[in-house]
Amino acid sequence: MITFKIKRYNPEKQAEPYFEEFQLGETDDLTLLDCLNQIKWTLDGSLTYRMSCRSAICGSCAVKANGHAILACQKQASQLVKDNDTITLEPLGNMKPIKDLAVDFKPFWDKVDKVNPYLQSSKKPPEKETKQSPEQFKLIDDASTCIMCGACYSDCNVLEVDDNFLGPAALAKAQRFVQDSRDGETLARVKELSKPGGIWDCTHCGECVERCPKPAEPFDRIKEIMTVALEQGVTNNNGARHALSFTKSVKSSGSLNENIIPVESVGFFNVKGLFDLLPVGLRMLFKGKNPPILHKSIDDVEDVKRIYMELSE
Amino acid sequence: MIKHDVVIVGSGLAGMRAALEVCENLDVAVLSKVYPTRSHSGAAQGGIAASLGNSESDSWEEHLYDTIKGGDFLCDQDAVEEYVKAAPRVIYELEHFGCVFSRTPDGKIAQRSFGGHSKPRACFSADRTGHAILHALHEQLLKRSKSIKIYSEWFMHSLVLDGDSCNGIVVSDIRSGAVEVIQAKAVIFATGGYGRVFNITSNAFASTADGVMAAYNAGLPLEDAEFVQYHPSGLYRQGILFSEAARGEGGYLLNGKGERFMEKYAPSRMELAPRDIVARAEQSEIDAGLGVDGKDIIHLDLRHLGKARIMERLPQIRQLGIDFIGVDCVTDPLPIQPTAHYSMGGIPTDKFGQVIKDAEGTPVKGLFAAGECACVSVHGANRLGTNSLLEAVVFGERAGRSALEYAKNISHASINESHEKTKILELFESIFQQNGDDSYNDIRNEMKKVMTENCGVFRDESRLQICIETIKKLKERYKRGKITDKGKLFNTEIYEVLELGNMLGMAEIIAVGAINRKESRGGHSRTDYPKRDDENFLKHSLIYNTGSGVVVKYKPVIITKHQPAERTY
Repeated sequence: MITFKIKRYNPEKQAEPYFEEFQLGETDDLTLLDCLNQIKWTLDGSLTYRMSCRSAICGSCAVKANGHAILACQKQASQLVKDNDTITLEPLGNMKPIKDLAVDFKPFWDKVDKVNPYLQSSKKPPEKETKQSPEQFKLIDDASTCIMCGACYSDCNVLEVDDNFLGPAALAKAQRFVQDSRDGETLARVKELSKPGGIWDCTHCGECVERCPKPAEPFDRIKEIMTVALEQGVTNNNGARHALSFTKSVKSSGSLNENIIPVESVGFFNVKGLFDLLPVGLRMLFKGKNPPILHKSIDDVEDVKRIYMELSE
Repeated sequence: MIKHDVVIVGSGLAGMRAALEVCENLDVAVLSKVYPTRSHSGAAQGGIAASLGNSESDSWEEHLYDTIKGGDFLCDQDAVEEYVKAAPRVIYELEHFGCVFSRTPDGKIAQRSFGGHSKPRACFSADRTGHAILHALHEQLLKRSKSIKIYSEWFMHSLVLDGDSCNGIVVSDIRSGAVEVIQAKAVIFATGGYGRVFNITSNAFASTADGVMAAYNAGLPLEDAEFVQYHPSGLYRQGILFSEAARGEGGYLLNGKGERFMEKYAPSRMELAPRDIVARAEQSEIDAGLGVDGKDIIHLDLRHLGKARIMERLPQIRQLGIDFIGVDCVTDPLPIQPTAHYSMGGIPTDKFGQVIKDAEGTPVKGLFAAGECACVSVHGANRLGTNSLLEAVVFGERAGRSALEYAKNISHASINESHEKTKILELFESIFQQNGDDSYNDIRNEMKKVMTENCGVFRDESRLQICIETIKKLKERYKRGKITDKGKLFNTEIYEVLELGNMLGMAEIIAVGAINRKESRGGHSRTDYPKRDDENFLKHSLIYNTGSGVVVKYKPVIITKHQPAERTY
């Protein structure tokens, strides 16, 4: 027997959400979606959630189970059971609930819209297919598996504090075009994606990779866009400068020069940006948390340099 | 009243392709009861057919013959000819839209073998071709968002017909429950199939006959509804799809004794015979007690393909096996069984997507249909794998073009809005008020069970009679169902009830079509009439809703190049 502790919400009846428990006896071989359906069809018809294909391709049924977003149709209920044979179900995060487990996807789609999510090419297409090698196909293969289920968006730690962030799914979608050999707007795309809210606002926590039910794994795609942006010379922004300064510091000393990296990240000639750093710097100084004025290399710095050398080869 | 030049119901491949055709000149709305990328076209895995000849020489003539023979000579051959000729062009167009395709070493679109196709003709994107095309078309819709309005999570209730012309549809917003009339110069139905009437099915929960039943309830016939395709590789008990591409890549089918039993049924094509033949072979093995462990199980064995090949060509189905039943096809065979997959029948149209209402081809002005909900008929009695995505794209484009041509020079016809709205509001109210004691869930389960058991791979008079009688009783019980959620906000329960109503209607139509077709042809196999009977049944059925019940009429098959011949593989 499994107890499903489900967050219920119906603003037509009650302003505040609450938890309600349902029990199912026979749950062997049932997916979480099968269980939700059993509850809806035999215990409470008003339980509301989205579903359609039940084969992990339409992306409708993402919900939070025990605090993490998953596709309900893709997981066996028995594998999700926590203490006391319970599974706690809540709506996806970072979006407003409409009713029970259904949330409003509008901000999600609005952000997908923002990355110009379609092939752009000024060239007249050939009579037959545009040639693309299997290797070029591989570059966009993973991103193209995204089913827009919103699991990554739900659990993204940046979105929790920054509404402006495009989010993992939209950025994965962007990578699909940034690295498509048929697309003619790579530079314009990476310039746009390097602005605030874009790739450099990702904090590299990797949560989206953990949550992605498909091989799309957004953070890996975000890293690929970062690489293209740097290759294309789109470095006039804090994110790119930070990445470059970080690399330079490790390369030259084997560790981070925490005095220089913030300065190099905002840019030497960015007076306002540098002034913005001052209060943090001063606070650190007063609390005795400032890094040593003279940055020292680690003992094995020659090994680090050798690694860089080998990587560049 | 909402007003658009053209409104398209359904946002799968056919609906979205139609929208792209219309939006260049007119204002178009696309209505979907889900979100467009959630449409069931996305679940298609193996490929989309076109005689590109990228891995072996091929021609539209061969594609034509394979399709006609695959359809057991019930296809309208004039339509098939235009359809297979259009195939290469529409595939290149999808590629130019940005669709992601797997590639040959020299950069062309890769093609693989598929059941009933004599050449490797299936263009594919690993094993998620429908998904790739669906998203490519969705991208094009987003690009044109100024001229295409998307209504996501709206439900279509009925057609507004005035004599022989269609003036709009009655819809409701699932999120708010608000009922609205959409006035339109032309309506395109691209509402998909109805596999959910069966217990074991590959279809999504959304595939519930809403479009076809709206047409039927408006007095239009449904064509060839008895022809339902059972896909040979549905996951055991769940029915979800394991692509035919698994066999296209070289997978074996094994019975409980570990034999490749297709040797007995289709020695030249083996596992790559058309789906009707493979599904029958599987069911015959199971019925003879030769299923795996004596159960309704056949084994799909991919082990000899090796991990690298599986990971490159079939990664999604490998993951499905692991996630859904804990079987990794790299090391173990997958347990499968036939699963209701595709409806060859549907709303009759001509080869331009124009809906017609009788054997004479009288058009219903302003109403067009494309994709699985329509019956052109290019699939005849059995569709070949990879021909459905092609159908959706080719006829989506054609229906869009026809609607555009029709709508661009006319103005909106008047609609009695309150009258149309009231009918649907009263329907909602009657369900809310019903307060019966029967369970809609029981009714749905019994319908699915009786359809799978008695109107499945094999059929006969007495079983179909059981089917029809059971459905009639269930229809009565449906009037005494009980609903819990009586609110307006995102009430998915009442929409499930409406869908069940549509499915009960459709189940009866399928069974009536099947009991009247006293022959075996393609996907329709009667044990009491095991032979194809061209003398009496080389014709399409047209099933009408009359006041006194379901009536079956017929119309001739259009035969141009290929006379019916014996069908062996």
